[in-house]
Amino acid sequence: MSARFVGRKLAGAFVTLLFVVCFNFFLFRVVEGDPVANLFRGRNLTVEQRDELRRQFGLDGSQAIQFVRYVEQTAKLNLGRSYTSNEPVVSEIRRRAWPTIALVGISTLLSTVFGVLIGIAAAWKRGSFTDYAGTTVTMATYSMPDFWLGMLLLITFGVTLGWFPIGGITDPNSGATGIVKLLDQGRHMFLPALTLTVAYLGEYALVMRSSLLDTMREDYLTLARAKGLRDTLVRNRHAVPNALLPVVTLIAINFGFVLSGAIAVETIFSWPGLGLATYEALNGPDLPMLQGLFLVFSAAVIFFNLVADLLYAYLDPRVRTS
Amino acid sequence: MSSTVQPLSARRIAWARRRRALAEAGQSYRGSVPGMIGICVLVLVVLMALLAPWISDQAELRAVNTVANPVWASPSHFLPLGTDNLGRSIWAQFVWGARISLLVGLAATVLAIVIGSAVGVTSGFVGGWTDAVLMRLTEWFLVIPFLPLAIVLAAVLGPSVTNVIIVIGITSWPSTARLIRAQVLTLKERLYVDRSRALGASRRHLMGKHILPNVAPLILANTTLTVPIAILSETTLSFLGLGDPTRASWGKMLNEAFDAGALSRNAWWYYLPAGLGIMAVVLAFTLCGQALEEILDPRLRERRT
Repeated sequence: MSARFVGRKLAGAFVTLLFVVCFNFFLFRVVEGDPVANLFRGRNLTVEQRDELRRQFGLDGSQAIQFVRYVEQTAKLNLGRSYTSNEPVVSEIRRRAWPTIALVGISTLLSTVFGVLIGIAAAWKRGSFTDYAGTTVTMATYSMPDFWLGMLLLITFGVTLGWFPIGGITDPNSGATGIVKLLDQGRHMFLPALTLTVAYLGEYALVMRSSLLDTMREDYLTLARAKGLRDTLVRNRHAVPNALLPVVTLIAINFGFVLSGAIAVETIFSWPGLGLATYEALNGPDLPMLQGLFLVFSAAVIFFNLVADLLYAYLDPRVRTS
Repeated sequence: MSSTVQPLSARRIAWARRRRALAEAGQSYRGSVPGMIGICVLVLVVLMALLAPWISDQAELRAVNTVANPVWASPSHFLPLGTDNLGRSIWAQFVWGARISLLVGLAATVLAIVIGSAVGVTSGFVGGWTDAVLMRLTEWFLVIPFLPLAIVLAAVLGPSVTNVIIVIGITSWPSTARLIRAQVLTLKERLYVDRSRALGASRRHLMGKHILPNVAPLILANTTLTVPIAILSETTLSFLGLGDPTRASWGKMLNEAFDAGALSRNAWWYYLPAGLGIMAVVLAFTLCGQALEEILDPRLRERRT
């Protein structure tokens, strides 16, 4: 992979990020009435106090000055203060990123593994019972709203059977530490992770199936068979690695999207990650927080798109040379 | 018959050819079992939505009219689907909600397809700087995470059915634009287009006679596959409280069921119908779309053999 190729991709991603930063500024300026007036409604503030608060939130001066200051502060990773908690947005986001990264990471891993396996089984025995069953189940889960699937799992395993806690990340009364705390968090994570795994598995299965079906028409598989290789060997050594290519990039791209896609599922399970933070900021309304979250979500997608592009070029020599 | 005596005009030949192609496509569509199942489900749901005033009472949607009804009544106590925490009929919400969910899904798709096709065709056909700028824009819309953007836009524009349609429409066109552009690019290089151009055909003629008729089937298949995504988006937005607060939709039913505590009460008659409805419609559109795609998309046509 040439340095020029990597450089071009990096520059492209950077330009897109700049776009998002500018867009973010203007989008949120359209909403505002006067947040200071809204926030301190009914309190007697002197003009000086009001101006001081405006300055703190960075809302004084002309639009142009605000814009310059906004870009400057964003470059320094200062995203302002949350209207509701008065904490810096960056530290709020940092605090709530870990639960989301853990949840999304584990669910993405599981959904890809199971999705790819189902896709392989379905495509290799095309038209068989396995194919129909696999395709039907994946199509069904693909068609459900993810949070509705979460509601069903919550009712079945949380409310009715009582096997798993129905929300949060830890048991607030336990006060446990170390390994016990970690186990408790795992138990809390089980249902939201299961929801996201099942919700996203369908897409991977369908893509893997269709990619493998395309690969199965290639001449090199006929050659491998003609050499007298066993069926499993043809599948595992020759067909699957080539068919995995589109799935690998899909995973990378999706990982960026799933970070923000978990908003509704996190809300259902009160999982204290970025998704629930978005829901709370929306109901505040807490504009600096929403603005910061939007920036983080966009940056995540841009970053993982870049990873997908580079990964694809690394894995597929045809892209590298062109 | 006069047509056997007179020489056929070019226009009539073209139309006869198109009619034949349509009949052939219809024939192969009827051969697709999933496609036919999809159509049947869609006909049922659309009928239900259209007949809403006759099969349910709209007055049952408003809590002021349902004071006399029992609250949290299960279907065995209140026909046909029970009531919610305010005594409103679930059946009425389900039937009237189907209207909004379908309306938003279809209208948002039309918006997305119109923008996507316009950008895709222009980009592919005109090329050059226009193409570069439009594709940059498309890529940029592709990487903006849909849900946060939709949330922010919905918050900015305010909650109403029209705004939900606009939000979903302007966030879901980029993939269509890319698909159409790729198809236009390959069409542009075909020999018959070259020949037509060499004979002095205007851009308008090329566009109208050669490019558009050939991308139209792809646009149709893509439309059917965009509707389910639009419907799921409406559901999520309404669930997060960004839908029209005055109109029942399936997403809003799930939002209200969750907020009212239907889960801890295990009021299945409240949260099951809307979810099943969404699932049925999304699945039906996907099945139809895939069946159409397999018939109309030249790249997939090969695989069937």
